[in-house]
Amino acid sequence: MLWHKVCKIDDILPFSGVCAKVEGHQVAIFRVAGDQLFAISNFDPFTCANVLSRGIVGNKGEVWMVASPLLKHRFNLQTGECLDDPQVRVPTYPVRVVGREVFVAVVADESLAANSPLVVRGAEPTAQHGMMA
Amino acid sequence: MSERKRQLVVVGNGMVGHKFIETLAGTDDFTITVLSEEPRLAYDRVHLSNYFDSPRPDLSLTSAEDYAAWGVKVIFERALEIDRRTKTIRTASQIIPYDKLVLATGSRPFVPPIEGAELEGCFVYRTIEDLERIEAYAKLSQSGAIIGGGLLGLEAAGALRKLGLATHVIEVAPHLMPLQLDEIGGRFLKRIIEAMGIEVRTGAMAQRIIARDGRAAGIVFADGSMLEADLVIFSAGIRPRDELARAAGLEIGPRGGIAIDDHCRTSDPDIYAIGECASHNGTIYGLVAPGYAMAKALAAHLAGDGTARFAGADLSTKLKLLGVEVASFGDAHARSPEAEEIWFADPLEGIYKKLVISRDGKRLFGGILVGDAAEYNRLLALWQSRAPLPQNPRQLILPQDGTEKGAELPAEARICNCENVPKASIVEAIKAGARELAEIKRCTKAGTGCGGCVPTITEILKAELARLGERVANHLCEHFAYSRQELFDIVRVKGYRTFEELLRDYGRGYGCEICKPAIASILASIHNEYILKDELAPLQDTNDRFLANMQKDGTYSIVPRVPGGEITPDKLIVLGQVAKKYNLYCKITGGQRVDLFGARLEQLPSIWKELIEAGFESGHAYGKALRTVKSCVGQTWCRYGVQDSTSLAIRLENRYKGLRAPHKIKGAVSGCTRDCAEMNNKDFGVVATEKGWNLFVCGNGGMRPAHAQLLAADLDEETLIRYLDRFIMFYIRTADRLQRTSTWLAKLEGGIEYLRRVIVDDALGLAAELEAMMQHHIATYRCEWKATLEDPEKLKQFRHFINSDDPDDNVVVVIERGQPRPATLAEKARSLPVLTNF
Ligand code: SRM
Ligand SMILES: Cc1cc2nc3c(=O)[nH]c(=O)nc-3n(C[C@H](O)[C@H](O)[C@H](O)COP(=O)(O)OP(=O)(O)OC[C@H]3O[C@@H](n4cnc5c(N)ncnc54)[C@H](O)[C@@H]3O)c2cc1C
Ligand code: SF4
Ligand code: FES
Repeated sequence: MLWHKVCKIDDILPFSGVCAKVEGHQVAIFRVAGDQLFAISNFDPFTCANVLSRGIVGNKGEVWMVASPLLKHRFNLQTGECLDDPQVRVPTYPVRVVGREVFVAVVADESLAANSPLVVRGAEPTAQHGMMA
Repeated sequence: MSERKRQLVVVGNGMVGHKFIETLAGTDDFTITVLSEEPRLAYDRVHLSNYFDSPRPDLSLTSAEDYAAWGVKVIFERALEIDRRTKTIRTASQIIPYDKLVLATGSRPFVPPIEGAELEGCFVYRTIEDLERIEAYAKLSQSGAIIGGGLLGLEAAGALRKLGLATHVIEVAPHLMPLQLDEIGGRFLKRIIEAMGIEVRTGAMAQRIIARDGRAAGIVFADGSMLEADLVIFSAGIRPRDELARAAGLEIGPRGGIAIDDHCRTSDPDIYAIGECASHNGTIYGLVAPGYAMAKALAAHLAGDGTARFAGADLSTKLKLLGVEVASFGDAHARSPEAEEIWFADPLEGIYKKLVISRDGKRLFGGILVGDAAEYNRLLALWQSRAPLPQNPRQLILPQDGTEKGAELPAEARICNCENVPKASIVEAIKAGARELAEIKRCTKAGTGCGGCVPTITEILKAELARLGERVANHLCEHFAYSRQELFDIVRVKGYRTFEELLRDYGRGYGCEICKPAIASILASIHNEYILKDELAPLQDTNDRFLANMQKDGTYSIVPRVPGGEITPDKLIVLGQVAKKYNLYCKITGGQRVDLFGARLEQLPSIWKELIEAGFESGHAYGKALRTVKSCVGQTWCRYGVQDSTSLAIRLENRYKGLRAPHKIKGAVSGCTRDCAEMNNKDFGVVATEKGWNLFVCGNGGMRPAHAQLLAADLDEETLIRYLDRFIMFYIRTADRLQRTSTWLAKLEGGIEYLRRVIVDDALGLAAELEAMMQHHIATYRCEWKATLEDPEKLKQFRHFINSDDPDDNVVVVIERGQPRPATLAEKARSLPVLTNF
């Protein structure tokens, strides 16, 4: 398992998230009470937008969760499961703190790949984007 | 099963006959034919009196299309005879064969055999045609009398009153509604009804109707007295329509009605009877709920369900007569041995409640409620479930605060009597995901009949949601057992400045997407601190957090403030230049400004830097805050304008900009009564008059449009602003989370009059405080974008990745009508000629 150093823990305000790019994946990292960290995919499967790191973080009963900023679907930070629709689960990633540095690893999660919701990767920038500058 | 489908004939298409057909429709075993003597399909007879409402409601319960879709054939003719030997029914024009016959012929009003009862001007009250005739005749009449002071008589009295007649009710018994009420209850009801201007005579026996020119002119009583009335309605009870059955030799009940067993079968095994025409164990039910129960039991029986039975019903009722709630259930007259009574009576409020209980105080036998029947469903359920009474049964009828009582009922308690739904089914539906009344209605059918059980269902819903840890109406969420208003006061009085302090002292857990933004908004309304301070930033909804509105693809829109919609050419040019440079989609909003869409998170600061340099400010389109104050050109240009509406709109928008509130606030100022700024649907609206300004408040466009209401007229500008300061702050202080001003006003006890007393007359002595709060806001206002650009630490947060400057490669746009828009999934997947939004 390859750990990537992505930021310092102080870059993440308590009870909020940031997004890191790790091996091409968008990983949303959240900081909750007691400097505890969680990492899940940044991709909101309901809206197909990379926004979960910008959601509000809190708890529902015993569960740490983030509410997507778009349509407010809530996801369990530990398991990636959607609290509003248990059919849906987003990938989770290992995360750890060494000193004050935050490390994330990306391990392929086969079980999820099979039933993951439609994931559309953006197209590569084309020549046309030059026109916009 | 036989080759030919069996023929099922239903006689009568009243409420019960229809319910039967509706329940059976869809089973394939029968071809159904229904005979209807009335010239229309089933309608809601229970709400017949609403026929006189304006606008006239549609009472129909079904449509010809439904019947056609179910394959039910309708014949608008009266059944004249049943021939049991040949198994046929005869009408005036045809003979119809049946395999199974269902009689649902209802009942007819009883007209006592007194002299003059057949005169012109005498009516009964049962069908839409009866009401049409009464309505036409009432136009020629001055005064009307109802003979019979029971349920239907009082309904009819209400109708005559609506038609503008001097109305009298005559009851032979010593008090009104003798079947349902006791003497005190009847007396209370009489008093309430008399206060409405309806004359009530009890203990009065009508002997004959006197005539003038062949029309009814008055009533003479047994004691020789006389009452003038040119319209008379007989409402002296009903009689089951058992004539077809009698002629066919079917067995008849002891008090009339077609005798039936628990399968609703008559003495002929191929003939059934349901509804008011049937007599079950000697009882005739003159109410719709037992009829529905029969209809369902019979439909199930015919569909082959051997266990379906009609096991009798009780005659409990809750009615709203002339706006007065009246209910009685069980042994209302305390006839059981060992019965004791508990009363509560408040003659000032016109409320009377009685419980009949066992001597040991353990069991409920029955009860009566007059004037306030809110407890009915709960008491009925207690009575039906035979659950033991609580320690202090009088608590059940003593006036109380609105605690949730449906919650205490046992699972088997029947909540909806019309549809026979126990509490357990409702709870199950909620557990299965129903979160709204409408969903519960759809999946359990509870509440779809008379609607009387809806308050209890709502209580159960609230209690269950609370149990499931979800949001309950006035508790903010699982973290705070307080309403927004309570939390506002706590924060104000205790002076808290962070979420942590409030959570520590008044909450539990760590907060969520509901309480965090709500409390962030309260803190902002009170202290007006920079909302991206480290302690406050994580509380904000994403729009506030990044000071822009998030769009479906994760990009943001930018709406600079354009106070009053007035903008210089130079500023317009800057907007165009910025939009071009960053490839933003442009749209003129409904709020008189320009919206620039499609900015990526990391672009926001540089875009805003350019806008601020050109003199723009944040427009707070992202906040639950003041949005815009729309204006019209007014006196300056418009030939009709009587005041300078544009200047005032700009002044107001600048005064209140940045003010955070329970929900967004919108205003408008129009220069004359033509109201081109549409101030009528704004949270506050100002319209110019010759003498000054009229101030309107609590209008709403959007989902539930509401017209703004006049708060004060002909104000000079300074008074107008004082009232507005008070009004807006009072709203901010007392409204619920996400409650616009119109819904807030609708819930405000005393409505606009009360509001006027608070704002204009300063009845609560709050004016100075409210004005001071507004002053504080104005004095501390800063453009949030300006503040953000000055703080390099904050700017760091405006990046998509914490560890890379790359943009989000999932943000892809295509060009449509010359401007960018987010690519659809299909477009992204096809990788059509797309542009990454650099
Ligand atoms: C841009 C605009 C539509 C347009 O293209 O013209 C718009 C766009 C949005 N409206 Fe609106 N509303 C816009 C004028 C209106 C108006 C008309 C008006 O203000 O004169 C109304 C009806 C009037 C009213 O509010 O009473 C309106 C009633 C709503 C509602 C329903 C509010 C209600 O109480 O019923 C919502 C939903 C909500 O706020 O919960 C809403 C919510 C929204 C949101 C914020 C939805 C969202 O959360 O993403 C949209 C965001 C736009 C953005 O990202 O910039 N918008 N919206 C208008 C911006 C006006 C402005 O300059 O600020
Ligand atoms: C003003 C008013 C207010 C009421 N308020 C309430 C209330 O608040 N709560 C409550 O529970 N109940 C109330 N009721 C009573 C309720 O309306 C009846 O219990 C219910 O309508 C009974 O349904 P039914 O189908 O048995 O009879 P009906 O609805 O009377 O239907 C019988 C139908 O059969 C037709 N018919 C009869 N004979 C023949 C024939 N030979 N051939 C063809 N058609 C025939 C009749 O014309 C009629 O259309 C009220 C009634 C009235 C009039
Ligand atoms: S009407 Fe609906 S879709 Fe259109 S801008 Fe307003 S909120 Fe968005
Ligand atoms: S009790 Fe009539 S609808 Fe529920």
